[in-house]
Amino acid sequence: MIRIENLHKSYPMGKDALHVLKGINLHIKEGEFVSIMGSSGSGKSTLLNIVGLLDVHDEGEYYLNDQLIKDMNEKKAALLRNKFLGFVFQSFNLISYKTALENVALPLYYKGMSRKERLIVAMEYLDKVGLKAWANHLPNELSGGQKQRVAIARALVTKPKVVLADEPTGALDSTTSDSVMQLLKDINNEGMTVFVITHEEEVAEQTKRIVRLKDGLIISDKYTKASKAV
Amino acid sequence: MSFLFDSDTWQEIYGSIRKNKVRTSITIIGVLWGIFLLVVLLGAARGMENGFNKLFGNFATNSVFIFTGSTDTPFKGFQEGRRFRLNMNDIKVLKSEYEEEIKFLAPRNRTSNLIVHDFKSGNFQVSGDYPIIDKIQKKQLLYGRFLNNNDIVNASKVTVISEDMYKQLFDKDVMPIGEYIKINSINYKVIGVYSPSSRINIDGDTAFIPFSTYSRVYNTADKVDWMVITANEGTNIEQMESDVLLTLKGLHNVHPEDKRAFGSFNLGTQIAKFTGFLTGIQFLTWFVGIATLIAGVFAIGNILVITVKERTQEIGIRRALGATPKSIRQQIILESVFLTTIAGMLGIILGAFVLYIIDANFGQGPDAALVNPTVNIPIIMIAFVTLIVLGTLIGLIPAHMATVVRPIEALREE
Repeated sequence: MIRIENLHKSYPMGKDALHVLKGINLHIKEGEFVSIMGSSGSGKSTLLNIVGLLDVHDEGEYYLNDQLIKDMNEKKAALLRNKFLGFVFQSFNLISYKTALENVALPLYYKGMSRKERLIVAMEYLDKVGLKAWANHLPNELSGGQKQRVAIARALVTKPKVVLADEPTGALDSTTSDSVMQLLKDINNEGMTVFVITHEEEVAEQTKRIVRLKDGLIISDKYTKASKAV
Repeated sequence: MSFLFDSDTWQEIYGSIRKNKVRTSITIIGVLWGIFLLVVLLGAARGMENGFNKLFGNFATNSVFIFTGSTDTPFKGFQEGRRFRLNMNDIKVLKSEYEEEIKFLAPRNRTSNLIVHDFKSGNFQVSGDYPIIDKIQKKQLLYGRFLNNNDIVNASKVTVISEDMYKQLFDKDVMPIGEYIKINSINYKVIGVYSPSSRINIDGDTAFIPFSTYSRVYNTADKVDWMVITANEGTNIEQMESDVLLTLKGLHNVHPEDKRAFGSFNLGTQIAKFTGFLTGIQFLTWFVGIATLIAGVFAIGNILVITVKERTQEIGIRRALGATPKSIRQQIILESVFLTTIAGMLGIILGAFVLYIIDANFGQGPDAALVNPTVNIPIIMIAFVTLIVLGTLIGLIPAHMATVVRPIEALREE
């Protein structure tokens, strides 16, 4: 599903360049539940952004769904994001003036689905994350956990190949964290590839594979007990 | 262009506008003000023009008045300072020599007399005239008729008086027609009453009597005090004026370069000065109006730029969810166009409303300052379309800004 070979990325910082990713090799198969661990500055967010086509890499090769990602223009990237990727962010990133239902329906709008149809589909996914009753509430009327579940519903609504979650529990307390993680696990059990970035051990342990990053390099790549349990 | 008819597009725009009520209203006010000023200024300028037109109203504006003075140059044995008068021969010569140029030529005599009716009296002007004067400045008759050719031929003792004279000399509710008034102790039958219809009036309150009657009563023989000449359409009136003066100088043995012997007043050139002034006002109006409009459009652009900055994160989210740069651009431009359109329409409506109020308060009655202040619909349509085009163009700037921001940078904004 995701294949990365010798990936490099650096950001210009004045005269010098900050070399963030120094040659990453990673292969994630369909249906995997992978977490990327690392302290801040290890390059994990950069990696996610590149995988999520939100940023471009400098060197190396990146295949998404066996398609080489190279010289992407914004239009192509937007279409691929819409088709293959679902995003879950630490700060939820819901649009504040849209209701939960409209937020979930937004990716379908960019897919070109009719309003009536996409509201039905969006409602289905809201129901799936247990928030059907909150469909017509604005984000600021929801709790953190609820917001994140809306965001997950939004990530799933286009039936993507991969769900990318950047610190999905970073802004949540432990109880709601657990429920969000449970939701991600359920999604994974349905066959979805889930790619989580975190710096919390407890979160990482609930995934099936932990990739540890340090200073732009992979230092370990292990399957967890959870994966053996399945 | 199919996105224009997509209810979703409008749903999105409605959502973002509803969310930003304050900035939306400020933006709208900016443009509204521009088009409002344009409408009101154009309307006021038009009202002023109409006011001037009403002032000159029923006067043939291509007219010249000619009268005599005293010579300032000795010529053909005559000393300077000689006084002389126009006569009927001049009129005959001018009529035959300038047959093509002259439309109407009215010789006139004038004096001032005590006019008496019963126990009421007053001092008024008395003018000996041909019926043609009615063609040069139309008299609005309240009762009776104006002088006619029979009056001239018979040298009838008849008179046409003004409304004010009628009010001063007659009791209320007395029908003046057929009554006799005494001018300089001679009885004249009143045959008509006119109202001085325009504010620019060369005659004031005058009792008109037939020219022939005047000549006999005041013993002026064939002398003429002054004359009014109205030129035919397409005649160069200034050229005609100087030609006529030259002919008259020849007839009266006046040096061709003499400046004081004849006086003339060209109504056409005087009015041209007013018209030039009006053109100036109109130019100013357009300039101010369009400049304000452009300022308004820039205000929209400015606010949209700020909006784009404000909404960087939202745009980032949308792009992460699969919005293409094109769809983002479309939305922002459409927002700009939508706002300018709404603002433009509101501005035109408000402007029209203010013009309506101006018309109701200052546009009616004989002393109206701004008569019928209106704006041509095509002009407003052009301004409106220009506004929308400018709105689109200005929307391109923030739209471009929104798309050059990389989604990751947009998302990083917290």
